[in-house]
Amino acid sequence: ARTQVRTDPSETSCPGSPPSPPTVVSNLPYEDQRPRNQPNRRYAGNAVKTNKYTLWSFLPINLCEQFRRLANIYFVGIAALNFIPEVNAFQPQVALIPICVILTLTAIKDAWEDFRRYQSDRDACLSHPRSQHGFVERRWKDIQVGDFVQVLANDIIPADILLLHASDPNGVCHMETANLDGETNLKQRRVKSPFDPLSFNATVICEKPNNNLNHFKGFLEKDQIKIGFGIESLLLRGCTVRNTAAASGIVVYAGHDTKSMLNNNRPRYKRSRVESKMNKEVLCCVFLLFCMCLIGAVGHVIWLKTFSSVPIYFIPDSDGNETPSVVAGVYRFLTMIILLQVIIPISLYLSIELVKMGQVFFITQDIDLYDKEKDMRMQCRALNITEDLGQIQYVFSDKTGTLTENKMVFRRCTIMGTEYPHTENGESGKWVGQLWSHQDTTVGRDNILPCLPLRCGMHITVYHGATHLEFFLALAICNTVVVSTETAQRQRVRDPVQSTLYDIPTSSSSVVSEDEVQGTPCKGHTRRRQTWTASSLAGPKEVHYEAQSPDEAALVHAAKAYGFTLLERTPSHVSVRLPSGTTLTYEVLDVLTFDSVRSRMSIIVRHPHTKEIILYTKGADSGIMERLSQMKSESRVIANKTQKHLDMYANDGLRTLCFTRKVQEFNYYDWLVLRQGAMAAIDRKDELVRKTAADMETNLTLLGATGIEDRLQENVPETIQALREAGIQVCVLTGDKLETAVNIAYSCKLLDHKLVGKPVCKPVCVSQEVCKNMLSGTLAQLPLYDTQEAKVSVGLVIDGRTLGLLLDSDLQEGFVQLCTHCRAILCCRTTPLQKSRVVTLLRSKLGVMTLAIGDGANDVNMIQAADVGVGISGQEGMQAVMASDFAISRFKHLKKLLLVHGHWCYNRLANMIIYFFYKNVAYVNLLFWYQFFCGFSGTAMIDYWFMIFFNLFFTSAPPIMFGIMDREVSAAVLLQLPELYRRGQHEGGYRRSTFWIAIADAFYQSLVCFFVPYWTYKGSDIDIFTLGTPMNTASLFTIIFHLAIEIKSWTVVHWVIMVGSVVVYFVVTLAFCAMCVSCNPPSDPYWTMQEQMSDPMFYLVCILTTVVALLPRYTLHALRGTLVPSDHLRARQIDNMPPHHRDLWLQEWKKLKDLCASYPSLSSSTAQRYSTAQSPSLTLVQDPSPALAQSPSLTPVQDPSPSLVQSLNPKLAPNQGLNSAAL
Amino acid sequence: MAKNQVGAGPFARRPDNSAFKQQRLPAWSPSLTPHTVLSVFYGLSLICVLLGIWLLITVQNTYQLKVDYTNGSCKKCFEMRKYPANATKNCICTANFKVPKAFLGDVFFYYGLINFHQNLRRYMDSRDDAQLVGRKKSLKFPSTYCKPFAYDENGLPIAPCGAVANSKFNDSFRLVYHQLDGPAVTVPLHRRGITWYTDKNIKFHNPPTNTTLQEAFQGTAQPLYWQRPVYDLDPEDPNNNGFINDDLIVWMREAAFPNFKKLYGILNRAHALFSHGLPAGNYSIIITYNFPVQYFQGKKEVVVSTVTWFGGQNYFLPIAYLVSSGMTFIAAIVLTVIHVKVGRDGKNMEE
Repeated sequence: ARTQVRTDPSETSCPGSPPSPPTVVSNLPYEDQRPRNQPNRRYAGNAVKTNKYTLWSFLPINLCEQFRRLANIYFVGIAALNFIPEVNAFQPQVALIPICVILTLTAIKDAWEDFRRYQSDRDACLSHPRSQHGFVERRWKDIQVGDFVQVLANDIIPADILLLHASDPNGVCHMETANLDGETNLKQRRVKSPFDPLSFNATVICEKPNNNLNHFKGFLEKDQIKIGFGIESLLLRGCTVRNTAAASGIVVYAGHDTKSMLNNNRPRYKRSRVESKMNKEVLCCVFLLFCMCLIGAVGHVIWLKTFSSVPIYFIPDSDGNETPSVVAGVYRFLTMIILLQVIIPISLYLSIELVKMGQVFFITQDIDLYDKEKDMRMQCRALNITEDLGQIQYVFSDKTGTLTENKMVFRRCTIMGTEYPHTENGESGKWVGQLWSHQDTTVGRDNILPCLPLRCGMHITVYHGATHLEFFLALAICNTVVVSTETAQRQRVRDPVQSTLYDIPTSSSSVVSEDEVQGTPCKGHTRRRQTWTASSLAGPKEVHYEAQSPDEAALVHAAKAYGFTLLERTPSHVSVRLPSGTTLTYEVLDVLTFDSVRSRMSIIVRHPHTKEIILYTKGADSGIMERLSQMKSESRVIANKTQKHLDMYANDGLRTLCFTRKVQEFNYYDWLVLRQGAMAAIDRKDELVRKTAADMETNLTLLGATGIEDRLQENVPETIQALREAGIQVCVLTGDKLETAVNIAYSCKLLDHKLVGKPVCKPVCVSQEVCKNMLSGTLAQLPLYDTQEAKVSVGLVIDGRTLGLLLDSDLQEGFVQLCTHCRAILCCRTTPLQKSRVVTLLRSKLGVMTLAIGDGANDVNMIQAADVGVGISGQEGMQAVMASDFAISRFKHLKKLLLVHGHWCYNRLANMIIYFFYKNVAYVNLLFWYQFFCGFSGTAMIDYWFMIFFNLFFTSAPPIMFGIMDREVSAAVLLQLPELYRRGQHEGGYRRSTFWIAIADAFYQSLVCFFVPYWTYKGSDIDIFTLGTPMNTASLFTIIFHLAIEIKSWTVVHWVIMVGSVVVYFVVTLAFCAMCVSCNPPSDPYWTMQEQMSDPMFYLVCILTTVVALLPRYTLHALRGTLVPSDHLRARQIDNMPPHHRDLWLQEWKKLKDLCASYPSLSSSTAQRYSTAQSPSLTLVQDPSPALAQSPSLTPVQDPSPSLVQSLNPKLAPNQGLNSAAL
Repeated sequence: MAKNQVGAGPFARRPDNSAFKQQRLPAWSPSLTPHTVLSVFYGLSLICVLLGIWLLITVQNTYQLKVDYTNGSCKKCFEMRKYPANATKNCICTANFKVPKAFLGDVFFYYGLINFHQNLRRYMDSRDDAQLVGRKKSLKFPSTYCKPFAYDENGLPIAPCGAVANSKFNDSFRLVYHQLDGPAVTVPLHRRGITWYTDKNIKFHNPPTNTTLQEAFQGTAQPLYWQRPVYDLDPEDPNNNGFINDDLIVWMREAAFPNFKKLYGILNRAHALFSHGLPAGNYSIIITYNFPVQYFQGKKEVVVSTVTWFGGQNYFLPIAYLVSSGMTFIAAIVLTVIHVKVGRDGKNMEE
């Protein structure tokens, strides 16, 4: 990336006073002055620094951050306590080691992360200098606010630049924002007021830096004239300039103030549920520690009281006095805290982070979650909530782009009340014949459209009405689609047509006219026959459309298929080639861009021949129908018919758009003044702009409407089915129409297909009172369906307005209650805010684990509100992905992500945490039991170094490996049997009871590990550290073998780490015992290990201890397997079978399950009943009686849509084979 | 990470399809089938019972005998040691005992202390290993751990410093065998070689000196309770003096429990009378009674014992093995019953 900064000093510009909206003036006049005289000095420079530390500040800052964690302070406190001689349990210096190791490891991790950030900063900030024209090479970091910067084609933009000049004569500059939001279409930026950098003397006033990529406002003040500009004039840092030779402008935001940097959030830190639960267990451990210390202190006092005189082995203090027993008790309490501190798992937090890093590694490496088309892996953006994926109870899904492809296909349209189907993929051989046979009979009939695939090269002649022409013109021009050629450079089309820009195309154009060709086809006021050839459509260059929304692309492509090819779009004009081959070039007067409040967009053009000012508007029917001109009854009839068609489309699951036209009369220029005033406004700009747009969009004449199909993604029904079997509630929240949403819900099996055709009432819940009654009525109805012991399974369909009422505080309870009864929830016409409120409400009231999945900017709120946010990187940019915790590319990936990875991660982590607690308690209790034999004086019979090594080296790797790699059931079986997922939802892996059982087991095992050696060596001449050696060893074996019992599958890695840990133990212990003669005063384990290992008793003790310690757990495992075999156990057994056996068993399992499903008494969850209840606002959908589902095998459910289309629209049936066109 | 992004080709970011990364490493998942579980249980039970019986037979052939001399025949000395004023007075007493059956093989003589906590944290820390290993600097400046037994009233460093050395057990014994038909014979004991080899040769060293040992300890004081200086602990063997005195080394290896014994000597079987061990008959111990135990309600005893390949007389291990064998067996029976009753039909495979 290169950058040129103009350094020639030039004329002055007035430095604006520094009010709150940032004011930018040119830097050029201040080139030679000192920094403090620079007018723009208070703005951020362009150097970007995302790394937190420098080489020097690393240590203090990092330490500061680490000590913000309570745990670290606790451990430092304990280490400090060790320096008090009366209290200390270990050599003070040595006691610092664990905390130092933890701090060091964390610091290394932080440093590594920071280094990576530093590297990426460096990559971004160093650019190769190159000089050209008057612009001078600068590094990115040297650019400042107020500089003039020129960027050349294919350069990366170094800062947020207000575009002031472009090489394009129209003042247009294109940029590709893929770096920023992943959208690959070109964004058009245009110069508001051209300038010459040498004479720029205006002041730029703009809003404060913010992270909204789609919004910017400000104005240029020059000689008291204000010129407003918006996002359409701003070049964003990180984007690439395309199709434009050079563009220059003034830097308004630099460095960290740029929109891309403000959008660049760090991975979010979320606390997972297991972790917050674990914190309670840590508190339990604290309590346990307190009790043990109290026992120690009281025990010591009592023990002291048994002596009437002072024994020889009491150490007087320095004055020769004995410590009073109560004071001694307090001292011992503190000593005990130091001694037993490990019971609070110091390294657990670090281990969890390591484990999660490993888990994330494996998730992102999964080849099944890789998308070939986009070359994208699964991304984990939040690193610490992997195990939450295993506990999801509610999935909230967006529809468009999530369940569906968001690749729009034009399917149907209605023009002037007549309905035309448009089939995409007819069998080509058949329809060619049909076409020809139909040609004669159908020519002249209105309801056949010339929908031909371009590749055929055949021509067909049909009649058109004028409105039809207008309709297709509107389709072609009423959008913001940019045309470009499909070359690597992405040069925008400079069509040769341009030279004949305002030539009136006539029949003399190059197009072959077979029959009579009428002149001035552009006017189209008369009915005419029109002939066109496919070859002419191919054109000299293949055009390529860059649309911001897939709907627009579909419409433009559809228009092209019917011969109305959009050839070029610039801010000032738009060219369309008509089927006749002539080209019309309209002058574009204004574009009223789309916004979700109006839910429509308009374009105002001037007709090249009639010079009429025409407004074409397209939008949702809700936004259009009320704005039609109501004059003629004829148009009212058309509107009614169209509305009927629209409802039908919606029933088919098509997305609908209405098209209107209006010829604007004299008052256009009055309106223009208002409009410009609105555009220049800074306060309430959006509102004013919206209002002026709405003023224009009145008295519209309906042209027609389109139905666009958004196909389901592959495997969506299967995924939803699997999620449901896994006990996950799937809710769909969409902004689409009710009918569309319901239809999609049926086709993706969210709702049961048997209900199709039953009327679904449009919600008209107007007041809260009505809503309340309805809710209570519905809730009262629910038990009625509950005639048998089976639970009702109800689907809830609800619309945005009703939802808004239900989300009010006093109706929330009822709504939540209703939701718990529903098997499927479908909310349509919801706003982004409502989506997030639904998620928040269910999450907080039901305390369930929620997951939100979506692909667009409208899902961001929901994604952030849910416990786990999943973004789909789809057609609508990267905003959802940016806000998400996990990013996938297809909806079907959710299945493996949850059912396999979520399940694994949760089980692994839960087991690892439980094991960690167990391990620490088991080991520490050894020391505790010894206190009963050393007068509670805080003696450790194990050398402190060994205790450190024990935790750091000997027993740390196995649990981490266990947490990353253990696998109870294989991925294949987990995918086959989604119900295995249910365990995680009910916290089957990590329960309070599991924790206490583990703690009890730890107590038992530590008792065994202590008392077997104790009784063995009782009364012998053994010394303290020699006693500690077999205890330590037996404890190690117990802890390692305990894990071995828990490990479900042994791979090479498992073997290496487990065996390695034991080997390391012996090697390190032997080496330490051999080398350390008096390096660790006063305790000194010199040669104890060697001495013990030459004694057969040592082995006898270790074997006996290990066997006795592990016997109960092993027996329990065996008993549980026999008496109460869990599903997981069975699944494991199936897993272990040879492949053909496994399939048989899986089939049998499923059969059994279906059998249960067909008898409600056997299984409540899958029992189904069928009846329908309707209320104005809530539609309850129910499944039929069990009698219908007697078959024990799974019957594949047919996709209802084809038959549905037939039944709803019989008159279209004959045409279906005929009308096909490949878009 | 940067490399991944830079990588070229259509599938640049495709993850490796390796068994490790796809978590498809060949794995052995041990399933607890009735076959394996029951055989493990029965096998363990069998091994334990065999080991237990073997150990029991071995233990049956060991002998151990304890003679408590705290009060009984040594009442006089016990009373005398109650008063610190008598600390310097000698007191000798005799304890008699009878060996009913000959102790065959190597016989070990221990002294035992009851209720003496050598394992108190501050007591056991009160020593300076650096001093004991013979470092000159530590000799003059003992470790702070030795406080308040680091310097005497005159400010002289104590050698060996610390409470452990200060409280060294200082009774001495002479064992006499009363032959039925002959004179009383003093049982010959090895008083050397009763320590760990490494302790004697590596861990404990006298301070380096060119002249006499006394010279080496010049400028140090003897521990408070000691009657003799460290360089003169063993008047009979000059090589057994200073820090490498065997009794001192044995004492400095702090006992793990409050009731313990420490090796005093090993029967010297070179003597014809004792070549097979300790013959049956009457014995008496002549005790130089120095060590006061009444302050901690303690007891002193002499332990005579033979040892086996796995240590002294110890009934716990064999019994423990037998008991755990029994428990394993019971668990195995229970599991078998359950397996037969519940898990017999093929579907409920036992884990």
